[in-house]
Amino acid sequence: MAGTEGITQQELNNSTGETRDETDSRKNDYLQSKVEGKALSKEEKLKLRKEKKQQKKNKKDDKGPAKEEKAKKPVPVMDGQQAQQQRVVKRLPEHIQADDPAVLKKVAKKLERQQIPLRSDYGSKVSLFSHLHQYSRKAPLTQQMSIPSTVIHPSIVHLGLQYSQGIIAGSNSRCIALLHAFKQVIRDYATPRNEELSRDLVNKLKPYISFLNQCRPLSASMGNAIKYIKKEISNVSSNIKEEEAKTTLQNCIDKYIEEKIHLAAKAISKSAFEKISDGDVILVYGCSSLVNYILCDAFERGRKFRVIVVDSRPRLEGRETLRRLVKKGLSCTYVLITAVSYMLPEVSKVFLGAHALLANGYVMSRVGASQIALVAKAYNVPVLVCCETYKFCERVQTDSFVSNELDDPDDLIVTRKGKTELQNWQDIPSLRLLNLVYDVTPPDFVDLVITDLGMIPCTSVPVVLRVKNVDQ
Amino acid sequence: MELQAVVMAAGGGSRMMDLTYSMPKPLLPVGNKPLIWYPLNLLEKIGFEEVIVITTKEVHKQMNIDTKMKLEMVCIQEDADMGTANALRHIQQKIKTDILVVSCDLITDVALHEVVDLFRAHDATLSMLMSKTHEFTETVPGQKGKKKTGEQRDFVGVDSSGKRLLFMANEADLDEELVIKKSIMRKHPRMHIKTGLVDAHLYCLKKSVVDFLADNKSITSIRGELIPYLVRKQFSASTNSQKTKDDSEKNQKKTDLKTPDIHISSKDEDLLDLAREKSCWNDHRGDMSDAYHGGKLRCYVHIMEDSMCYRVNTLAAYIEANRLAPKVFSEEFPIHPTAEISEQSMVGADSIIGAACHVSEKSSIKRSTIGASSCIKEKVKITNSIIMNGVTIEEGCNIQGSVICNQAVINRGADIKYCLVGSGQCIEAEAERNNEVIVGIDQLMEI
Repeated sequence: MAGTEGITQQELNNSTGETRDETDSRKNDYLQSKVEGKALSKEEKLKLRKEKKQQKKNKKDDKGPAKEEKAKKPVPVMDGQQAQQQRVVKRLPEHIQADDPAVLKKVAKKLERQQIPLRSDYGSKVSLFSHLHQYSRKAPLTQQMSIPSTVIHPSIVHLGLQYSQGIIAGSNSRCIALLHAFKQVIRDYATPRNEELSRDLVNKLKPYISFLNQCRPLSASMGNAIKYIKKEISNVSSNIKEEEAKTTLQNCIDKYIEEKIHLAAKAISKSAFEKISDGDVILVYGCSSLVNYILCDAFERGRKFRVIVVDSRPRLEGRETLRRLVKKGLSCTYVLITAVSYMLPEVSKVFLGAHALLANGYVMSRVGASQIALVAKAYNVPVLVCCETYKFCERVQTDSFVSNELDDPDDLIVTRKGKTELQNWQDIPSLRLLNLVYDVTPPDFVDLVITDLGMIPCTSVPVVLRVKNVDQ
Repeated sequence: MELQAVVMAAGGGSRMMDLTYSMPKPLLPVGNKPLIWYPLNLLEKIGFEEVIVITTKEVHKQMNIDTKMKLEMVCIQEDADMGTANALRHIQQKIKTDILVVSCDLITDVALHEVVDLFRAHDATLSMLMSKTHEFTETVPGQKGKKKTGEQRDFVGVDSSGKRLLFMANEADLDEELVIKKSIMRKHPRMHIKTGLVDAHLYCLKKSVVDFLADNKSITSIRGELIPYLVRKQFSASTNSQKTKDDSEKNQKKTDLKTPDIHISSKDEDLLDLAREKSCWNDHRGDMSDAYHGGKLRCYVHIMEDSMCYRVNTLAAYIEANRLAPKVFSEEFPIHPTAEISEQSMVGADSIIGAACHVSEKSSIKRSTIGASSCIKEKVKITNSIIMNGVTIEEGCNIQGSVICNQAVINRGADIKYCLVGSGQCIEAEAERNNEVIVGIDQLMEI
């Protein structure tokens, strides 16, 4: 009786694939059995259960075609409860659905609930990338917030500003700055009454993370660091005192930085040292803190090599790399990416940094890195990617379109001799400016990935991820 | 809490004594609102909930501003003649975080987040607001001849981005030459020196500066001494030493004994330094040094172009502000509901009439501000003037371009042009005054 009590008359009526007579007859049976007070027979119970599942299935199909578009597996038709469990709905992250009004509404509601202003898009986007957000640096999020920020911790506001203005840029740098800000948050945190630190602190961090996401989309390194912190906070036992818990958390953060960034850099540098030989000509692209560390370390240990720094507009990060390497004493050459194919005949190795390593072996790095890898492959120059394991992420991507970041299009505008040609680019309806930040390099172009776990081929990344998950 | 707001309202208004000898400067009416209402309104609009107001007992007694913020009034002695820095030292115990100092005579509608964002993003020690000078077009009562310009100019040096403050000196402090240190030129080869800027007296200061003030008692004024000191200190040798940490600590102790130094570092500074070191950003290019040239003390300035920004510290500024401020700030009706205006009188659209006023027939009021409880009799013509509270103007008067202070009485038939009538004064009937300052005898004795 217990299983059938939930069935209403309407559900019985809605069952598909049955004629009215059958429904009526079953209804009568049911009512009869209810009236008679007898338990339903086993077959009847099974049949009713099947109907219930079917109706639920129909309801779900009617409701959400948008959600189940892309990554859903085909659901095999099975009876009983297995039909429910096999349905795996993978939701797309919201930041790559900027052209879906339903998702935008949901995001706006969530931000309103967390009392964070919504940053509006700027300028017309290239249609291929219309699903990504495009913000202007001249319209910071702080414009819409009250000045002594009460909702968001001051160090998070500082951090968000520094992200959106590009003062803190680069995967490692952003992660370290984020952890520093979290340390301040934890330091100033006080558990309210009737709340537990392990649950309340995580809830407090959520609006901060939304805020930082609005300032600039989170990087993979930041995402992994946040996951780690949340796990550590949830693991705080409720017995220990608040001060002790806070100190433990801060020590955890320090340990994370020490292990995953410092020691990893040292390990990677040691491995890379073996790969750099005297007389090498090494090509680097953009500004990667890890690659700079490796080169400076190798130079200090006595290797004789020279470096070619490749740079690209509009970021021109190579200038920073050039400055740091020359300050150390390395002999460097500086070219723009347009001259790469002319320089490659004299290059012996290419060292690239990575923003993230995806689960299918693709390397996500600054836009232009995939081109360097492509041309290097054409010239048979080995490409080595240096990446710490904490930047490995479980996402899978095969092209640079589906998930990327659009930077401020006004960065592309340049003023020469007092004239700015693109000043009113928004008035020209057929003109769009595109300022991409990342691109993905297929594993065929990458010869070796140097990580703190050793030197692995690109295809071994899923293995590392699996091992990491087992460890944790 | 991120920022604490401090409003300095204890100043005497030394450059417009004619107006302020009877009424303290923070309470001077501008557009029928006391002067201090404008900075408080600015703070309220951007979201401050608490403000510390440093003022005198007299102002505190007479002040009643309706605002949603919590005003913490700190009274200081009126005749103590405290400098602004001394006032900050006085309230040092109340200050727990970085502060935003505003002067009570600032009328502006700037987007304050520009100033505060510079303070936050670059972890600056000082961030201030400046504005391009406006020429005052109105004739100022009592001024004979053209206004002398160039006496109190500020020389402000900014870098090529226009945000970093490199150099600041007042003309009064310089003899004949402008001396610029080589260390500044080495780090910032391109410097723009601007002279047509007016300082809005709005500063964001780090808490360590307030602590430094507490130790260093020789600094009395924020604008006159503290700000130039901070700007100079950016490039001084001790803050930029490239020595190791131990050495610099030793040096710090040594300098502490002689002159207290500003402690810039905070907790977890190492992590922040590491993040900056790994970041691929630099604020300048062309030389081999790191971002900010490794300097820990940084001063920034936001120079506003378009919006309105006035400092009401001279008579000319007061008149100008009276004309323009109501246009931007007034939310209520220009004519107060309790004012009685007879039908045959003409009140122009850009005039403001205060509460409980009486305007009798055949009077015409154009481009003027009339304060509360004033009485304007028949056939009076008022143009371009500021009439404060409780003034009585008898029939047939003609008032043009003038400022009539509280409780003054203008008897019938007087013709006042470009005059300043002091508080409580009485102009005799049929008088003709042109470009004069009419004040009481006791005021004349003050110097």
